[in-house]
Amino acid sequence: MDEVKSGSEIKQEVTLTYPTKVARKRSRQFIVNEVKQDEDVPEIMANVRTIPGVITMRGCAYAGCKGVVLGPTRDVLQITHGPIGCAFYSWLTRRNQTKPYTEDAPNFMPYALSTDMRDENIIFGGEKKLKKAIEEAIAIFHPKAIGIFSTCPVGLIGDDVHAVCREMEQKYPDVNIFGFSCEGYKGVSQSAGHHVANNKIFTDVVGQSDLKKNGKYRFNLLGEYNIGGDAFEIERIFEKAGLTLHSTFSGNSTYEEFASAQNVDLNVVMCHRSINYMAEMMEKKYGIPWFKVSFIGAEETAKSLRKIAKYFGDKELIDKVENVIEEEMKDVAIVRDKIKDRCNGKTAMLFVGGSRAHHYQDILHEIGIKTIAAGYEFAHRDDYEGRKILPDIKVDADTRNIEELTVEADPVAYRPRKTREELENLTKEGIRFSDYEGMMSKMPNETLIIDDLNHHEMDFLIEKYHPDLFCAGIKEKYVVQKYGVPMKQLHSYDYQGPYAGFKGAINFYNEIDRMVNTKIWAMIKAPWHDEPQLTAKYGWE
Amino acid sequence: MLLRHTPDTIIEREALTVQPAKTCQPVGAMYAALGIHRCLPHSHGSQGCCAYHRSSLTRHYKEPVMAGTSSFTEGASVFGGQANLLEAITNIFTLYNPDVLAIHTTCLSETIGDDVPQIVAKAREEGRVPEGKYIIRASTPSYIGSHVIGYANMVKGIVEGFSERGKTGRHVNIIPGFVEPPDMAEIKRLAKLTGIDPVLLTDTSGVLNGPQTGHYEMYPKGGTTIDNLKRTGYAKATIALGPIASGLGAKFIDTKYGVPCETLNLPIGIRATDKFVEALKRLGGVIDDEIEYERGQLMDAVTDMQQYFYQKKVALVGDPDQLVSFTEFLTDLGFSVRHVITGTPGKKFVGRIKDAAGTDQINVREASDYFYLHQLIKNEKVDLIIGNTYAKYISRDMDIPLVRTGFPIYDRIGHQYFPTVGYKGALLLIEKILGVLMDHQDRYCPEEQFELVM
Repeated sequence: MDEVKSGSEIKQEVTLTYPTKVARKRSRQFIVNEVKQDEDVPEIMANVRTIPGVITMRGCAYAGCKGVVLGPTRDVLQITHGPIGCAFYSWLTRRNQTKPYTEDAPNFMPYALSTDMRDENIIFGGEKKLKKAIEEAIAIFHPKAIGIFSTCPVGLIGDDVHAVCREMEQKYPDVNIFGFSCEGYKGVSQSAGHHVANNKIFTDVVGQSDLKKNGKYRFNLLGEYNIGGDAFEIERIFEKAGLTLHSTFSGNSTYEEFASAQNVDLNVVMCHRSINYMAEMMEKKYGIPWFKVSFIGAEETAKSLRKIAKYFGDKELIDKVENVIEEEMKDVAIVRDKIKDRCNGKTAMLFVGGSRAHHYQDILHEIGIKTIAAGYEFAHRDDYEGRKILPDIKVDADTRNIEELTVEADPVAYRPRKTREELENLTKEGIRFSDYEGMMSKMPNETLIIDDLNHHEMDFLIEKYHPDLFCAGIKEKYVVQKYGVPMKQLHSYDYQGPYAGFKGAINFYNEIDRMVNTKIWAMIKAPWHDEPQLTAKYGWE
Repeated sequence: MLLRHTPDTIIEREALTVQPAKTCQPVGAMYAALGIHRCLPHSHGSQGCCAYHRSSLTRHYKEPVMAGTSSFTEGASVFGGQANLLEAITNIFTLYNPDVLAIHTTCLSETIGDDVPQIVAKAREEGRVPEGKYIIRASTPSYIGSHVIGYANMVKGIVEGFSERGKTGRHVNIIPGFVEPPDMAEIKRLAKLTGIDPVLLTDTSGVLNGPQTGHYEMYPKGGTTIDNLKRTGYAKATIALGPIASGLGAKFIDTKYGVPCETLNLPIGIRATDKFVEALKRLGGVIDDEIEYERGQLMDAVTDMQQYFYQKKVALVGDPDQLVSFTEFLTDLGFSVRHVITGTPGKKFVGRIKDAAGTDQINVREASDYFYLHQLIKNEKVDLIIGNTYAKYISRDMDIPLVRTGFPIYDRIGHQYFPTVGYKGALLLIEKILGVLMDHQDRYCPEEQFELVM
């Protein structure tokens, strides 16, 4: 490992390795943190085009729409309209778990459906094939709802997927059929696909059903995708606390729950990046307030539960939540304290997603691990700097291409859940409605904040800092590990989990303990590399 | 049931693919390019394609898989991807310094009709390609063929880009097909054992199954070198293993450079390996005692254990070249091959499989999918499934033992280390097949019939 340098020195060094044009852009996305008063932080450039050829971590709008937001829903039948690849690669690879309420209830997740467009469909258009595919899908699967996901060539050849959906819906009035214009070239990353998904679910699904779940404290959890069973653990805690989770967008979810999501009194937002659009639009149309929560880390879980209880305001609920926290925290503390002794002072880097790079800093902190560099793959400035900078964000051409819905209060369904006075009082008590403070204000000065990290920079950071733990995705996993640095995937959790909630925190502590304290890394080098070449013993030995 | 919606009754589908048994061309092209020493594959299209291909190859090999992308945006999709590719070329050579940049297209750049050769020529004119560096290319539209065809197209692109004329040498080109790194190593080893000097097109051994050394090498030791790629134009002959994946490249070298080619089935199993060894012999190779010994060991195991294979029903799913050899091998072992499915389109497939099985009484389909295979199995149950990781859903629901082979295998290791080709590979396959069949018997047989010795 090289001598440890300051963040600014590292930044300067890496910038010098770039062609001038690239250096200019990257220096605005590669920031040395400095937190001032009122959570003011330096400006970071984010949600801008990836520089061609840099070997990016990012994926596309289709991945964000089909893979991330809609993927975890088990009973919306999802048909990818395009050549086979996109359906193939998004087939079960994001490991969103789901558990139908009964053994016969629909679960389409193990199925990948595609129109498998061939050259003749590209030349003559694919609408006819898409219609036929929808008919065949209905005959086999009898779904309540079908989502059509457009891939790159669909937009280029001009297939009108939405017209096809309308036509087929007329033919099959019992099936809600809607299309997503999530061609891979839209926007600059997965993020565009999140927005496209939010819009369509909002206009075509939410409000279609009047299902009301029983319970006094009904709310939706937005931006939780049930990787490795996270949603199951969160659901367990809610149930124990007497809270009624109406719908999750979209871990372990159903169409019916989406369709009736307006029947709640609160939205809580976990992954701000992927789902804040939905929270905002539901607030405007239905009057449902929202605030940010996190269930990654026992402390954050407790904090979020208290916030939800405070919002509903009943003493009975507040007490029950406190009991749950106290009870759950006992087990958490035993494992945490034991592991903290072994992990304290170790360093981590997190480059992932649009919220996980923030959330997982909290849980690492609980066992004493310091984050020295972090960044998102597809976030926007507000995810770094906080929503207060939203008015300052310049809307560029790539963002303008994604439809921004104009939403107004519904003349019938709009109903304020709290009076203005109630909201003001809750705000005074520390609940920040419609807000997210971002990642940077929580991080120490001089840490590095890097947007859209590329392979070149990752290489550089590992060589310079040799952190004890690196967190990113599958494409980075084995590169990092070849360096002898343990690498935790925070998209797929390395096929483990859950990591959310109290039990999840215990799982995560144990897993990180294994990763940073295992002896196996020390055995990479064969013993003879440290021994002298001579094998014979000298006479006097 | 995981696949609770798959009905027993088969209704023919015209437009809908369910649970595909193939993927798209670019991933095959990326894989082939990774088999060149110090080569960086580059995906000319949206960055999602590259992310998906890298992810799937990484999950399959549990190794770094590096590749660049032109990161198309909506603007590039409308005005063409030239500016993106030019910028990518500059950045890649500056930051990553590969010796070879292997560009493949995607459905996006093909649909808009980007002229990659023209863009590359412009890059050269503008001095974006440093001296001594190579750019090769292949057209790989995702809406034609499958990942196997993408592999074939990139192999053709490689020989187009590198082969040179020269005085006919003693070396032999071998196109191994879309097989695993240890298969490529095994093919090389067998050729060398006969005294043949092989040039593999291409060779991912040592690239996608490298060692843990504590230091990351962006370009590992493996891969066919540029010098060797140049020699392919004046080789003594080309052996193409598997017509679908390897025929195209072999034909190109034959047509352009007059290097005679012979197309064989992939050397999986006894007879297909025999034919490969005989081909090496015809080219002047001498069959080494070690080869005789390995074949003998294989035959020993086969004759000893044949009772466990005899009349067992098997379903196969995968890529065409592999399936032909598997069908022949399993039939030789005494299995009854019942259902054979590939996603890759190709009319000759059905005939090849029927020939390999020696019967017409077998369900075979090209351009088909796992959903159809599952329905076939529901109508006629089998004792064994051989397929990729996605077959595990059928295997679990129907409680049928599964041997994983092909691409992708996301949930087991072994395929990156141990071959399936050659006599050694056949022995390893038998060991795997016996393992799952016997585990199944041990678990489900009545207590009084629980066997100690098998």
